[in-house]
Amino acid sequence: MRASLSGGGEEGARSSTALLDVADLRVTYGRSVAVGGVSLVVHEGEVVGLIGPNGAGKSSTLLAIMGAVRRSGGDVRLSGKRLSPSRPEEVARLGVALVPEGRHLFASMTVRENLELGRLARGDRSPRFDDREVGQLFPVTEEFRNQRAGLLSGGQQQQVAIARALLADPDLLLLDEPSLGLAPAAVTAVFSALEHIRQLGVAILLVEQRAEMTLEFCSRSYVMVGGRIRFEADRSTPIESVIVAYFGATSTAASEHER
Amino acid sequence: MTFVGYLVDAVSLGALYALIAVSVGLVFGVLRQINLAQGEVMAFGAYSLWIMRALPSWLAILLCFGICVAGSLVLQVLVFRPLRGASALTTLIVTFGVSYGLEALWLVVFGPEGKPVSMLIKLNDTVVGGAIALRWITIVDIGTAAVLLIGLYVLLFRSSLGLRMRAVAEDFSIARIVGVRIDRVVTVAFVLCGASAAVVAVLETVQTPLVTTTLGLSLIVVALVGVVLGGLDHLARATAGGFIVGFVNSLLGSILPEQQLVFVTSLTFLFVVVVLVVRPAGLLAPRGAGAERV
Repeated sequence: MRASLSGGGEEGARSSTALLDVADLRVTYGRSVAVGGVSLVVHEGEVVGLIGPNGAGKSSTLLAIMGAVRRSGGDVRLSGKRLSPSRPEEVARLGVALVPEGRHLFASMTVRENLELGRLARGDRSPRFDDREVGQLFPVTEEFRNQRAGLLSGGQQQQVAIARALLADPDLLLLDEPSLGLAPAAVTAVFSALEHIRQLGVAILLVEQRAEMTLEFCSRSYVMVGGRIRFEADRSTPIESVIVAYFGATSTAASEHER
Repeated sequence: MTFVGYLVDAVSLGALYALIAVSVGLVFGVLRQINLAQGEVMAFGAYSLWIMRALPSWLAILLCFGICVAGSLVLQVLVFRPLRGASALTTLIVTFGVSYGLEALWLVVFGPEGKPVSMLIKLNDTVVGGAIALRWITIVDIGTAAVLLIGLYVLLFRSSLGLRMRAVAEDFSIARIVGVRIDRVVTVAFVLCGASAAVVAVLETVQTPLVTTTLGLSLIVVALVGVVLGGLDHLARATAGGFIVGFVNSLLGSILPEQQLVFVTSLTFLFVVVVLVVRPAGLLAPRGAGAERV
């Protein structure tokens, strides 16, 4: 059992082999602090969860890693290389793909065009999989190839969004609440697709509100509350201690919000 | 000249306004900025033709393209880049100010009297005389605009670069997240604007061989009205709006009696006001217009 309160333990976990190394990341919107000094690591091929209640700063953390929202402090490195804080297009080309919350496909474009845009960030690297494999993994992308993406159901759009990110052949996939607003069957489909992606050797940082499912799926999970990481858990961590971390700090988060 | 002749002329002028409107629509699509300064790039191009009046026409036209593209890119860097993220209204006002500033600059540099340019003057000869009085320039106007607009369509919908431009137009942030290099797309948009400005400068100068300081603003304001009429948010509709306003403007200019010509612009704008009262999203926007923009 390797559950430790965050802080010193995290510093120890950071090593030179880390794929993603986030140190003391801070994001503020005006006066409100969304992310108040987050440090986390994701190793190559590792699947890591980032769970926490609404408003904990999980999405802001992902967007800041991507360089899509301004960081007010901290450092983000991919394989030791510092990632641009303000040019998401360059971060994407270095091998980080984000599936944003709410999917955000190009609604007026066809599924095929959305996927073609996904391939943009691939650059000159030779991909670790065949494009056809992505089609098999997400049959929706074949079936509705020439359909406008905006006309698909939420679950179908999520599959296209993940396929689009995967086609960039990322080393690290950032997923923001892929199960949000989906029917239970679609959630199962998304998680089974993620399982395949894990087997391809793509590292995943998964933001979710479904704590139990995420703890089960990921090899490690960070519990984020009120803009900070409060707890680090793995599969063997009893869910009760995660719940304690959630609730213990939820009141803190609420009071921080009111300020 | 008969009504058919007026109609053909109006189509030709509408085609020029469509070229101006498409430039405004392109910049709005990519950056959500209103490019009123486009008119002064055209004026700059027209003045450059006067400066180069001693050169062979083909060379002057070629250089005019380079000059307009360079001017457009300079404006991009000096005006549009610092305004990134500002509201469309802010960009409208700032580029309006830039236009007035440049107009004053032309006045200082070139003086108040028009500069004659007799380039390609033969294009004003008639192909078919009599009732229609079709001139070569009319055919060149319509042909050039058609070729350029079709070319732009092919670029946007059949090329990888066009896909990236449409992605930026639909969702700026997500386009960046998937790896679209935004600065390149913006540069391409302004290069296209510069080229379109050169085309308009050449065609306009052939038809009206006197370059004056007001050339830019007088064209751009009418074109902008057309863009708004068609729907700022949608490139094809914005272009069509530019065409319609140019067409109406020209037709009114031809059929109104001479002493009422002063009302042409007022009547054109009245037409636009009526349209926008009835259909605020633009004449050509579908009811409950959707998210698609390009």
